[in-house]
Parts: sequence; C-alpha cells; structure tokens
Amino acid sequence: MPDAMAMTLPFDVGADSPAILPLTVRDLVLRFGEATVLDGLSLDLGPTGCTIVLGPNGSGKSLLLKLLHGLLQPTSGRIAWGNHAPSEITARQALVFQKPVLLRRSVAANIDFVLKARGRDPSARRTLLEHVGLAHKANQPARLLSGGEAQRLALARALATEPEVLFLDEPTASLDPASVLAIEKIVGDARARGVRIIFVTHDVSQARRMADDVVFLHGGRVAEHSPATDFFPEPRSAAARDYLDGKIVL
Amino acid sequence: MGEAFSLALALVFSGDADLLEIVLLSLRVSVTASVLACLFGLPLGALIAIGRFPGRNAVLILVNSLMGLPPVVVGLLVYLHLSRSGPLGFLGLLYTPTAMIIAQTILIAPIVAALSRQVLEDLHTEYADQFRSLCLTGTQTVQALLWDARFSLLTVGLAGFGRAVAEVGAVIIVGGNIDHLTRVMTTAIALETSKGELALALALGMILLVIALGVNAAVQSVRLTAMRQAYA
Amino acid sequence: MIARHIAAVAVALVAGGTAWAQDSILVQSTTSTANSGLYDYLLPIFQNETDIQVNVVAVGTGQAIRNAENCDGDVLLVHAKASEEKFVAAGFGTARTDLMYNDFVVVGPAADPAGVAGMNDIQGALAKISEAAAPFASRGDDSGTHKAEMRLWSSAGIDPTAASGEWYRETGSGMGATLNTGIGMGAYVMTDRATWISFNNKQDYVVAVEGDPDMFNQYGVIPVSPAKCPSVNADAAKIFADWLVSGEGQAAIAAYKVSGQQLFFPNAPEN
Repeated sequence: MPDAMAMTLPFDVGADSPAILPLTVRDLVLRFGEATVLDGLSLDLGPTGCTIVLGPNGSGKSLLLKLLHGLLQPTSGRIAWGNHAPSEITARQALVFQKPVLLRRSVAANIDFVLKARGRDPSARRTLLEHVGLAHKANQPARLLSGGEAQRLALARALATEPEVLFLDEPTASLDPASVLAIEKIVGDARARGVRIIFVTHDVSQARRMADDVVFLHGGRVAEHSPATDFFPEPRSAAARDYLDGKIVL
Repeated sequence: MGEAFSLALALVFSGDADLLEIVLLSLRVSVTASVLACLFGLPLGALIAIGRFPGRNAVLILVNSLMGLPPVVVGLLVYLHLSRSGPLGFLGLLYTPTAMIIAQTILIAPIVAALSRQVLEDLHTEYADQFRSLCLTGTQTVQALLWDARFSLLTVGLAGFGRAVAEVGAVIIVGGNIDHLTRVMTTAIALETSKGELALALALGMILLVIALGVNAAVQSVRLTAMRQAYA
Repeated sequence: MIARHIAAVAVALVAGGTAWAQDSILVQSTTSTANSGLYDYLLPIFQNETDIQVNVVAVGTGQAIRNAENCDGDVLLVHAKASEEKFVAAGFGTARTDLMYNDFVVVGPAADPAGVAGMNDIQGALAKISEAAAPFASRGDDSGTHKAEMRLWSSAGIDPTAASGEWYRETGSGMGATLNTGIGMGAYVMTDRATWISFNNKQDYVVAVEGDPDMFNQYGVIPVSPAKCPSVNADAAKIFADWLVSGEGQAAIAAYKVSGQQLFFPNAPEN
C-alpha cells in the first residue's frame, strides 16, 4: 500500500460549519416491543481521537452507532452533536458496515457514485483509490473483490464523503490479519487528519492498538468509559474485567 | 403438426412479404409498448418499493391485481376512449398501430410495475441503511436502484414483452385486424383459425414462438455480455 | 422532472405510430365477406381506379353496426336487413342498398344424428334437431347469422335457449370459431354458404339442410351519415358504395369464386 503520509487527500474537516462535537448522550432508551436494548444510556465523547466501543453480543453496540448516526430513532432520551440532533448532521458523518454494501458496479463507479451524489470533485477518486490500495482494481466489478478489498473500498467511499465523524461497525470481523492491519492503517490515517473515529469491535487486541478511549456497554448502559491507558491494564467494572478475561458476559 | 411445421418453414423461406409485414408490425407494436410500459412501470414500481406513503398497501394490491387484467377488457376500455364517439375520438387513433401500442402499454405496465417493485424492494432492503447513511435523495436512490437492478429489470421487461406479443384480445378490438395496416401475428392467427386454416394458424404460431425466442435470446446475450463486464 | 422526460419519450414513441392515409375509408363489415376472401378480390379492382384506400374491420353484424353508430367507420356492409333499416332510420346511415345475397345452410356430421340430411324445410329440420336433442352450435353473438337463426327457430315455434347448455350451445363467437367448436363436438351449425365453402376445417361435415327460401341471406351496404358523424370520409364512402352497386362492382362480385363456386350473387337494384 502506498504511504498514506505522502498522499494529499481532499480533506477539509469541519470547514466553516457549526461544531458537531463534543457528543452528549443522555438517558437513551431503545425498545423493540418487549425487548429493551438500551436502558438509559448516557455518554460524553470529546472532540478528537478514536473511541472503541466494546461489549458482549447483544449489548446494542451496532444499534448505538445507528442511533448516533441518525439512522434510527430512540424510544426516549437525547443525543446532541454540539447543538444538533443526529438526523440533522448525518451527511457530516459516515458509517462503514460490518458487511460492506457495495453497488453492483465497478470499483471506480462505487466511488464516483458518492462523489457525484455529494457534488464533490470527481478527480478525488484516483487519490482515494490509491489511498486504500485499490487503484489497480478500479475497473473491476466491486462484487468480485475479496473481503478485505471490499472493506477497503467501503472505507474509501466513506472517506469520499469527507466525514467529520467516521463510524465503524466491526469492519474487520471476518478478515485475515494483513487485511485487518491495512484497514487499521487507513482508519489511523483518518484519525491523524482529525476525523473523529467511533469504532465497534470484538477484537480486544485491535481495541488495544486503536483506542484512545474505551466505552464498554453492558446491560443496555455504559458500564465503563475510560482512557485506553486505564481500561486495558485495570478495568473498573466487573463486566469489563470478565470480558477481557474471556469469560462469558451476558 | 408436421404439416404446420413444413408450412411454417415454407412461409419463412419464401420470404413472404405479407408475413414479413405482419411480423415487423408485431415487433414494432409490442417492443414499443414494452419500452413505454417500462417508462411508466419502473418509476411506479420504484415508488412503491421505496416509498412510505398513505395508501401504499392499497396501491400495491391494485397494481398486483392489474397484472391479471384481461386483454379484452383493456381493448374495450381503449376502444371506448379512442372511438370517434369517445372522449379521445378527435385524435383519430382507433384502428391504428398507435391504438394497439396504447392498449398493450396499459396491459403490461402493471406487470412491469409489480415485478420491478419486488426486484427493487429486495435490492433496497440490502442498500437502505447505506443509502440513508449517504443521505441520498429519493431521486438518487431510485436512479441507483434502477441501475443496479438493471439486469433483473431486463427480465421484467421481457416478461412484459412476452405478454404483449402473445395477446390478441386487446389489439383485435382497437386495431381491427386490418390487412396491411393493423394485422399482427396474433390477430392473423385468430383470423386463420376462424377460416378453418388450422395448419396455417399453427404455422404462424410457430413463427411467433421463434420470434419470441429470438428476442429473448438477443436480450439474454446482451445481458450476459454486460454482466460479465460490469457485475458479479 | 423525471415525469417530464417520461412524457417526452412516450409521445415520441407513440407518434411513431402510422396515421391514416389521407384518402382512406374504413368498412365495418360482417365476417363472411372478409373470411371468404371477397374483399381481397374486390378491393384491388376498386383501388386500381380510385386511389381510395379501403380498410376493413371484420366483426359480427351486431358489433359492426354498434361500431358504426360510434362513428368508427365510413361504410357499413352487413347482413341483417331489419337492423340495417333501423340504423338508417336513426340517422346513422345515409341510405341502405341491397348489394348481394347468398343463403344460409345447416351443416352437420356425416352421421346425421337428427336425420335431417337432404331436407329443404328449415322449420321441419330444426324441429327434428330439437326433438332428437341433437347438439346444435349457435353463434349466440347478435351477429347477422345469429339473428337469422333466431328468426328461423321462432318461425318453427321452438325456443332453443330453453335447452341452452344442453343440446343447444351458444359459443358467443364468430362464424369460424363456432364452426370449429361445433365440428369439434359433433353439433349442427347454421352458417352462410360463403363462409362454409371457403372454410378449410370441414372434417366429415357436409351441408345437411339447404334450399328453403326462408334461408335467403341478403347483404346490404350503407354509407355512414356525415350528419351524425362529421368525422366520416363521406365522399370516399359514397364513391365506394356506389361502385359496389354499379354494374362494374356487381360484375366483380359475381366473378368471385372459391373452388369453382360463386359465393355471392349481386342483386343491387338497377338505376
């Protein structure tokens, strides 16, 4: 992969727009019928860095991302990005799904689609594809890419929207180690350029590599929110401790 | 059957001018109707697929039911409108190929809408979250879905063409089966049957089948070539 | 926006449809004259002389009259005198002229289940068919032939519709379709002789009843009235109708033969 530091991406994070950070979440409740997924969750996130969201299966990590991104409405509670509700600023954020949703078109056309939809300079495509190491596959059908390549394309497409916040929902869940590292490098570069990263993962070693701070979800609430330097050596909550020890956490 | 088969071959290889005229008119009417039905039916199908509006379910049921429209009923409705004594009689369109195109378009637009609705709704289920994350407008969403489903929608269009080229009830009423003007394959088959020329009718039927096969094969080969280049 | 594009393309596509030729007329006709090939023989002769394009829509007499009443035709050529006179009386036609005649026949299977073969008394034959409850296939479509058939049943004092669905079977279709159906189920069928002679799926069927003066079948021609229907091509319609009843047109009708048999006998009044 080309050296990202040598690249100049067409980035201009948060230019002249009202700030959407810090993030404030208060008493967030999400219910589907009888099932309560989030049960009074509160959270504060600062303006920079990479926040890792950890938690057992079913703790509502993916749903929390969709709520923060404005794709889902909570049953009750409040989410404020600066002074904005999530649905007002969805366009200033991007979300990369666990299973990349690629259009049935060429690699290049997947990027072009977003650049056009957002009215961005079409020449950015080349830079973006080089940045994620897919320039040589530009004319191939996106659906024929390997899992790692597909996720890199999904990341390039997310970056093409020039997001101020990048949500990642277990983007490396089924990838080989080299692909995982390639993706982590792209995400790390974005973070270095000031994109706020909110990253859901199950991979504890990945969390150690990426995290500035860690949010641990349990029982529909934030069981613990600590700087990475505190969380990994000495988690405060019992649930997080069990989770890190590999015990079953329900 | 054997007689019909050799008659069909003889007709084709003699280069019968009347037959050619009828075949070309059949193709012109039904292909045009299919294109028109797609122009109206695909956006309608897309609207129902991704739209959430009051009465959506009722529209869906209506469109699905209209797939079963009897051609004769469509023919009658169009006749009543295009008749000189009807509201659109001043256009002078009755007993012209245009009237036949209109009738077949009405007949198959619901088929295109209903089938494309299913195709597009399935695709939209896959794309919905990603598209909302990208903040696409409704128009952008519809365009993207139509383009990405294009190979499935081609099959939808073919289903419409198949229904159009095979129907006789609508075109015989609004076209009148006028020799050298509005006679198409199906009305010619109906005429020969009523004259007791069963072998000739069957021979024409075989030729119609071959034409339908040809159109399908042509579209399929275009589709396969394009798919190999664009899509997995 | 999209809607405007769609409308533009739609208009372009539909406008590609052929419009009517400038000097053309449409004849709303009964099927027997078309199916027997009479028009294929007559029209080239007429068009040779006049440059008027004649288009023919062949449907049952009842439907032809209704279409003409909707102004969807310039000339009416059918075979149901009473209905034709009503059509003219109501102002839809300028004048009705006798054009030609032939006769109706009853055809049946060689086995002749009702024993009517060779009869020339239609009322007697219908009575025997009814008594034997032998299958009889009727047009049942308000066509000229159907009206004639109903008139004959009535003159025989029989209401066959009481046995509808039993031995009396109304197909609700054209002459050819009714012949195909009737032959398929071994039923007697009443048809005009022209259609029968040119019909090509006779199988073992033969003419069983013929020769009764009551089975006379008169065809008439009527130009549609421009007073009722301003859209008609009245001049061309009159030229065509006049030609049909002229010496030349009548001679051409008489000259048309299928398998050596004359199908229509001209009987327009001379003037």
